[in-house]
Amino acid sequence: MEATEIGLWGVPLAILGGAIRVSTPFIFVSLGEAITERSGRINLGLEGTLVFGAMTAYAMAVMTGSPWLGLMAAATAGLCFGLFHGWICKFPGVNDIAIGIALMLLGSGLAFFFGKPFIQPSAPDLPAIPFGGWSDIPQVQAALNVNVLFLIGAALAVFLWWAFRNTRAGLILRVVGDSSDAARAMGLDPNMVRLIATGVGGALAGIGGGYLSLYYPGSWTERISSGQGLMAVALVIFARWNPLGCFAAALLFGGAGALGPALQSVGITQGYYLFYAAPYILTLIIMIATSSPGRSLAGAPGELSITK
Amino acid sequence: MADTVSSADAPAVFGAKGYPAALEWIARRAEAFVIPLAALIVGMVLFSLFIALVGKSPVQLYETMWRGGFGSWFSIQNSLSRGAPLLLAALCVALPARLGLVVIGGEGAIVLGGVAAAATGVALSGAASFIVILAMGVAGMAAGGIWIGAVGALRHYRAVNETISSLLMAYIAIALMNHLVEGPLRDPASLNKPSTQPLADAYRIGNIPGMEVHWGLVVGIVACILSWLLIEKTRWGFAARIAGGNVRAAQVQGLAVGPLIVGFTALAGGFAGLAGMLEVGAVQGSANASLAAGYGYTGILVAFLARHNPLAIIPVAILLGGINASGGLIQRRMDLPDATVLVLQGMLFIVILFSETFYGRFKAFNPDLWKKGA
Repeated sequence: MEATEIGLWGVPLAILGGAIRVSTPFIFVSLGEAITERSGRINLGLEGTLVFGAMTAYAMAVMTGSPWLGLMAAATAGLCFGLFHGWICKFPGVNDIAIGIALMLLGSGLAFFFGKPFIQPSAPDLPAIPFGGWSDIPQVQAALNVNVLFLIGAALAVFLWWAFRNTRAGLILRVVGDSSDAARAMGLDPNMVRLIATGVGGALAGIGGGYLSLYYPGSWTERISSGQGLMAVALVIFARWNPLGCFAAALLFGGAGALGPALQSVGITQGYYLFYAAPYILTLIIMIATSSPGRSLAGAPGELSITK
Repeated sequence: MADTVSSADAPAVFGAKGYPAALEWIARRAEAFVIPLAALIVGMVLFSLFIALVGKSPVQLYETMWRGGFGSWFSIQNSLSRGAPLLLAALCVALPARLGLVVIGGEGAIVLGGVAAAATGVALSGAASFIVILAMGVAGMAAGGIWIGAVGALRHYRAVNETISSLLMAYIAIALMNHLVEGPLRDPASLNKPSTQPLADAYRIGNIPGMEVHWGLVVGIVACILSWLLIEKTRWGFAARIAGGNVRAAQVQGLAVGPLIVGFTALAGGFAGLAGMLEVGAVQGSANASLAAGYGYTGILVAFLARHNPLAIIPVAILLGGINASGGLIQRRMDLPDATVLVLQGMLFIVILFSETFYGRFKAFNPDLWKKGA
């Protein structure tokens, strides 16, 4: 391996590159979940949406030859899952967390069911922009080969951060999330707002899934997601429902996920599986550190069942 | 969250005027049977539509499913074997649910329970088989109990959401198992599939006499009955049901909610750990990656289908064991992917959760409304 030429510098470089590569699905899922949770519902089913989105994007890209059509199909599929969650949760007695768990199961099941024929063929990848062209070192070039979806995700985070504060839609979303009663008093229909918010959240998670199968790791297998959709939900809490925080946290998680492979590339293989667990351990530690009994989380939407 | 897990019907103390008390007694209890059963049927009808849409015959599918799950003595035994770990995995969801907690990381406790049991069995090799098997069970329960008990403790003392933390802990547990099985505990002879050292035959758990089903089924059924007694007939169970209904009220009453939550979650994790121990002792013979076979996740579905009632878990676990067992036959006979079973489970799960909205809505189940003559 050429990693030895630049020695241990390869580790932070690989982590940086890995953070950019691995974090993109986190960015989309967590931004989607941030919109949903801001409306006062939690959708744990995004894990299933992610897997189904990955399958749909790959299948569509194989059949049409266009990764962008694949991505649109994934977003549409995610929208359907989100709308279903948003619709079914409006009935009294139906628990949004439990429905999320069920959708996780159903989404993965449907993805494996329809995805079986697409495990073999290869689909065209999403394009990446080589920002590392100025350097001769292949590791630098690899690390700075940034996919366009990462840039779109970054722009989306800034836009949502702005939109939550400064637009009418953002205000409506926050009112509904903080108090159904206040929203009704304003003449808003909380169920309709939540339906739309969950649908948009699902569509973004579908795009995150499309990134998984069309860029990195870049193929469709039944093991494509290992809890990214779920970690993204925890990440939103850590980010205090702030889109910019979601973006930063996603980068952090991506970096943690890249730790194992980065160390492996310089020959450190001891405890590989423990490094593999780093993102989960990091998530757990952050959740423990940021939660506290007796007071609700700062910035938490008042209607959110997970913080009650 | 509490409203989905609390059982609504109070015991009928006196008969309504004009109606026999027995009829009232039946009506009040019928709701808990009729609604889940109707949901199960609706779920299967929806699944039939799905199968018809992909161009296969639903009739043939259910017929194949019946044959693969319950059609012969062989397949019944297969279903019972697959149902055994589901009994314990479902308890890992049902017990915390009575306290209002949604714990979905039982898979982690199963995996670690299996590893702990395997390590114990190898470490104690040479001792009497009765002692070793007992120690394996204790080790498995302890590992699982600590794992899920920690989830309960984090929930109560740090307000960490138990649903997410338990699932994260499950991923960590699987990584830990892979580390141990491929590293410190690896049997050098296991080349293709890294495993711990195989248990000596004397320490393997055998079959129930006259059946090809291991003793885990009996252990699971006993655990379900004990859990039912714990919840319905002891003061701890009573306290847990109060805390599950309203934590604040339980605290005002002076109940020690913290120890209650930690105790229940630890017991729940202990049962899941026992499932892992049984998989090692009766099926695998050593701890390896096969421990993460998804029993923990199917157990979630079983517990919700049974509405977190430990006695109802027994038939539901065997039913789901049968559905899982028929997966292979469906794949071979009907050329459908093995995920077909997963789709059915997902649909059943959603319909069951949706059916929660119908509780208390039907007059037929509520004698109090009869009296009003409405």
